[in-house]
Amino acid sequence: MIEIQDFLRTLGTDSGFWNPLVWGVIIIIAFLIAYIIRGMGKTEYKEKTEQTKVFLSGNPELEKEEMHVKASNVYWGFMESFKWLYSGLDKMHTGNVSDYILWFVIILGVLFLILGVI
Amino acid sequence: MNIIDDLILHSPALIVAIPLLGAFLTPLISKINDKMRNIFVIFIVLLTSAIVLLLANDIYAVCGKIHTYVFGGSSPVTQGGFAIRILFEVDGLNIFMALIATILAIVGVIYSWAFMKENTGLDKYYTLYLLMIAGMFGMILTGDMFNFFVFLEITSIASCALIAFWTNKGKAVDAGFKYIVVSATGALFILFAIAILYGQYNALNMAVLASKIEFSFLDNIALVVLVSGLAMKAGIVPMHMWLPDAYGRAPASVTLILVGVTQASLYGALRMIFTVYGDSLSTTLNQIGDINIELNLILGIFIVALALLTIFIGVLMALKENNFKRMIAFAAVAEIGYMILAIGAALTTIFSAAETDIGTGAMALKGGIFHILNDALDVGLLFLVAGAVYYATKETSLNRLGGLARNMKYTTIFFLIGLLAVSGMPPMNGFASKLIIYESTYQVNPILSIIAILCSILLLAVFVKVFHSAFLGPKQPKFDDVKEVPKSMLLAMGIIACIIIFIGLFPDIVVNNIVQPAVNAITDNSNYISNVIGGI
Repeated sequence: MIEIQDFLRTLGTDSGFWNPLVWGVIIIIAFLIAYIIRGMGKTEYKEKTEQTKVFLSGNPELEKEEMHVKASNVYWGFMESFKWLYSGLDKMHTGNVSDYILWFVIILGVLFLILGVI
Repeated sequence: MNIIDDLILHSPALIVAIPLLGAFLTPLISKINDKMRNIFVIFIVLLTSAIVLLLANDIYAVCGKIHTYVFGGSSPVTQGGFAIRILFEVDGLNIFMALIATILAIVGVIYSWAFMKENTGLDKYYTLYLLMIAGMFGMILTGDMFNFFVFLEITSIASCALIAFWTNKGKAVDAGFKYIVVSATGALFILFAIAILYGQYNALNMAVLASKIEFSFLDNIALVVLVSGLAMKAGIVPMHMWLPDAYGRAPASVTLILVGVTQASLYGALRMIFTVYGDSLSTTLNQIGDINIELNLILGIFIVALALLTIFIGVLMALKENNFKRMIAFAAVAEIGYMILAIGAALTTIFSAAETDIGTGAMALKGGIFHILNDALDVGLLFLVAGAVYYATKETSLNRLGGLARNMKYTTIFFLIGLLAVSGMPPMNGFASKLIIYESTYQVNPILSIIAILCSILLLAVFVKVFHSAFLGPKQPKFDDVKEVPKSMLLAMGIIACIIIFIGLFPDIVVNNIVQPAVNAITDNSNYISNVIGGI
């Protein structure tokens, strides 16, 4: 039977522990501190004035709908840097079911070799 | 004996029989009324779930209890001394997996109510759905090797038909075809391994095999074939390629159960490695100088290598993908990697003579098994959210989505919960299990946990991309008419989200009450053998 105090117990992980409730309390305190710091910010900020207008170095502002960054552009730099890796991965993922079975046969063979030879 | 005791006694058979019977009755009830059919299917799943809960209560009441159910007799062994009768056995691990399957099944049918409403052929859909659930429970509960193969096939055939359910979309049929080819190949090799074992020991019963296995050359071959076949069914890299196709093209409600089926295959691998081969895993394969090269060490290192590959490739491919469901499918591949990383780490240490190594191995197993539950919930929730987005917008490409948080507030919140959970962010459930995996693999080799943590950060990056692309940003004019999904879909997602939050806030309760018994069941082989067959 689960007792009320069980809900407060800490998860032991042999070399450490994890208690989400303690973490939650710390996070709330951190948010409060952040809120207080925010409250000490600039008082002259005013919404819907020149201050809040988008500044694009003099370029015209696009329609809002066109300003959404597409998914394929989100990690563009990362993809470019690892092009060499992705080209290999793309070659691996052919979409051909014969290749799927070929990979299975390769793993089967490797495991046979490892367990058989050793 | 009252009715509850009777129900518990026959529960392993009923858990499979009820959805199986329900599957064949569904087309008949469909003739009466569509609404009645939906209610009937939900009733069948709830009834099965109630029996699973009764059985779970019975199993967890006594530490180390194993409930055996023999078909056609009281003992699995006949008078001639042959263990030929089919038996179901339920220990801590079986019931743990059955509880996961139960959650997925309940949520799946509730979600299907509105999600599949516009489709025709729903009598076939629900028949196959219940068949898939019955097959999944069968795989989990059986204690017989051949029976395991039969249920694996039932699940595969039903899954294939459901993956290809949207036949008007050519890619769905293509994915269904790929799935059945891969499944049939995997199953054929599993059958081959079963035949090898049967030829040697005249037995198909897992406990009998566990007590007799000697690790001969043929046993070696059977192990290789079994592990490879089940690894392919579980979607381990580089045998994972069917998974994004199948998960990506199936209806979201089907993908949810497919996650459970994949995990049932992983359960099969766990059962075969730790229970059937458990005692012979510490066999010395070779000796180099004074160092003994043991089977568990070699197999463990191989599995760890596959796990790292699975995590790494899964995350990298998810990062590149722009199709919502395929992206989650690649993330699911990475998540499977975390589970097998823990299993591999456990294999390398748990058979050691040193007390600390055994502790590390048990802790790794605990993390791995806990992560099976968390993965099913987290990835399942994300697939349901992807289904909800598709239901509302008819879009799957992330490049064409945006600003949905304005129209679909609840779905956005559920996605955020799933995002944090699957990326292992505190205080969600994924963090608790990943923390145990990180710590235990660190004891084996710090590099393993460093790679695992880095990939988890990349996984967060993957879902931040989805969150930004689909839910944030300005309102898109083409989605002006998009509304929040129907209540039954929200309820289904809400159930999973609540369980995720509960496990996240109280992980110790879950670990102590359902994960630890599963770990004990898998590590205490002698208890399994003596309880199931009375020590032949």
